[in-house]
Amino acid sequence: MAFFRSHVLVSVDPECLKRGAHEVIDALHDELVAQGLIDEVQVLETSRIGDPVFYGPDMMVYPEGIHYANLTPDDIPYLVEEHFLKGRPVERFRAQERLVRDEELRPPQPKEVRVVLRNCGVIDPNNIEDYIAEDGYMALAKVLTEMTPEQVIDTVLQSGLRGRGGAGFPTGRKWQFARQSPGDVKYVICNADEGDPGAFMNRRVLEGDPHAVIEGMIIAAYAIGSRQGYIYCRAEYPLAVKTLNIAITQAREFGFLGKNILGTDFSFDLEVRMGAGAFVCGEETALMASIEGRRGEPRPRPPFPAVAGLWMKPTNVNNVETYANVPQIILRGPEWYSSMGTEKSKGTKTFALAGDVKNTGLIEVPFGITLREVIYDVGGGIKDNKGFKAIQTGGPMGGCLSAEFLDLPIDYESLTKAGSMMGSGGLVVMDEDTCMVDIARFFMDFTQEESCGKCTPCRIGTRKILEILTRICEGKGRDGDIEQLEELCTWIKATSLCGLGQGAPTPVESTLKLFRHEYEAHVYEKRCPAKVCRALISYEIQPDVCTGCTVCARNCPTSAISGERRQPHKIDPDICVRCGICMQVCNFNAIVIN
Amino acid sequence: MSDLIVLKESINELVKNVVEKHGASRAELIPILNEINRKMGYLPSYALEEVARLTQIPKSQVFSVATFYQMLSTDEMGEHVIRFCESAPCHVVGGRQVWQRLQEELHLQPGQTSPDGKWTLVTVSCLGVCGVGPVLIVDDDMYGNVTPDMIPEILARYA
Repeated sequence: MAFFRSHVLVSVDPECLKRGAHEVIDALHDELVAQGLIDEVQVLETSRIGDPVFYGPDMMVYPEGIHYANLTPDDIPYLVEEHFLKGRPVERFRAQERLVRDEELRPPQPKEVRVVLRNCGVIDPNNIEDYIAEDGYMALAKVLTEMTPEQVIDTVLQSGLRGRGGAGFPTGRKWQFARQSPGDVKYVICNADEGDPGAFMNRRVLEGDPHAVIEGMIIAAYAIGSRQGYIYCRAEYPLAVKTLNIAITQAREFGFLGKNILGTDFSFDLEVRMGAGAFVCGEETALMASIEGRRGEPRPRPPFPAVAGLWMKPTNVNNVETYANVPQIILRGPEWYSSMGTEKSKGTKTFALAGDVKNTGLIEVPFGITLREVIYDVGGGIKDNKGFKAIQTGGPMGGCLSAEFLDLPIDYESLTKAGSMMGSGGLVVMDEDTCMVDIARFFMDFTQEESCGKCTPCRIGTRKILEILTRICEGKGRDGDIEQLEELCTWIKATSLCGLGQGAPTPVESTLKLFRHEYEAHVYEKRCPAKVCRALISYEIQPDVCTGCTVCARNCPTSAISGERRQPHKIDPDICVRCGICMQVCNFNAIVIN
Repeated sequence: MSDLIVLKESINELVKNVVEKHGASRAELIPILNEINRKMGYLPSYALEEVARLTQIPKSQVFSVATFYQMLSTDEMGEHVIRFCESAPCHVVGGRQVWQRLQEELHLQPGQTSPDGKWTLVTVSCLGVCGVGPVLIVDDDMYGNVTPDMIPEILARYA
């Protein structure tokens, strides 16, 4: 076999051909012959390398992995002489990293480790060959040709992978249960009903690297002995559904899905099911009810899905991120995976960082990193250099943690111990101007709305909490309200049917514990310390700063501001509706909130 | 022929096509309702009865599913539907002021349709584009980084 020291891959996709890729190849060939290098350097044609609109014609030189772009045949003699004869890469022909502003997914920040997000924004999700080039479906091939289902389960067990949907149940154990459950028909489900406000990690994985999820599901199906799978994706993610459907079609064409996968006697196929807008369908029993075409209402467990799930058959339900981790674990080994993280939480976790932090967007960090590192190193600190007040972890059923928890290492156990939870990975950072009672009311408003109404504690209890919180924010809080909130939290938590109800009181409970003084200020002093709750604040014009320009008076929707031109103005608190427009329009910062 | 009969016939036709496309099975009920909802803007009760008849699913159960999911509506919607994301990440970056302004400009409460049938104002749960909050959707157009001052201009595009 011929041995080449260098391989040159020239992009010949239609756009590059239009721009003269063949002329470049001819010039390259001629020059290599002329320099006597034709037996050392192999020229190959490949599909697109970079975006041809910006780079074409372009080529990739291996083993160095250097990407040359915007080439013309005239560039080739110099390039061949420098690079292939003298061994000096030509800087001026190299592809310049295009500056793209992706507000959701930045280039990796300090302390990030990308496993699940490794391909997002890097490969073309609509082209299966891009995924295959990044070792895609290698894990599947390894599993089908070298491993028994038991070995696959053992590997996942050893890696320490835990469910990324929030509960953190060991994935290998789940697979084991589903495998051991008697029955010929078994199902594999991917829970892509990512409903937690502020959490969009799964959406980006589905849109950016759908094959990783599909490959993970096929491996799970092989491990538990299933022939049919479903991806339940929420209707709010139309692009994810479209990308998944394209990916599934391509995977079928390549023989990774369907009958006799990769020529073995293992068969498995996948279907995408779309939700119709119900947060509770993220709960696995509700999700299965929805796939069956019923109201998405949870039912008590046991029986667990592994025993009686979809259509009462043994079913394995995992989250998007969980499945996306699996191919990497198989390929790089369980030891590699378990070398990251803490004692009980292995690997990495994706988070959606939102709120008052400088760099919002998706991040992926190893377990064990502290909240401080996430906020200040990865997130770049608080916006406008304000002070940190709280961080809300775990979505609407998680809790708010105060500054004293900044050095808490992030893992399943320590977050739960601190009174919050891991959840699916939303992190909402709040600065000093946030009112914690308002935030608690806000989350309650959400869970109250999303309660499916099946069980009483959740349906009526959340409404009761919301009433009290609304009262407090409106300045009508009474003696005993705080105590009644505590009692309601305890009971709703203890008696609700599913995770939604059990988790619903957590935002209230955690803020009551860590920010009790704010509740007390609202209830007993009728004061909102963060100056957010409208009923408890008043706007005032500082007479010594006001220039009497009349802008505020002209913009006030209720004509609450009076005053002569060039004389200090005044706000009538009885007419003022506290909309804050005057403060926004004042050019002299003369208006303050009390 | 009265208008009502024409309407019923066109609904019959639409429902029949959709049911045939998905297959008349229980598992396809939500996809069927989703598609009818998308095509008609909402689910008229007559269409639901027709779905029940063709799929052999009890009417009560078809109605119970249709009223459970947020994206399925049994009320007629306005010409333009404005969906405002009411989730925490949008809320903490100024969503409250935007929401206030939206209600003031339209003179609508959440869930209401304007008397002239032009606007429907509803809230939605997280749309997963939290990096550019506050977010709102008018029909199929998404607007990010919305400020209260942008509201009149956005609405004017649909005038």
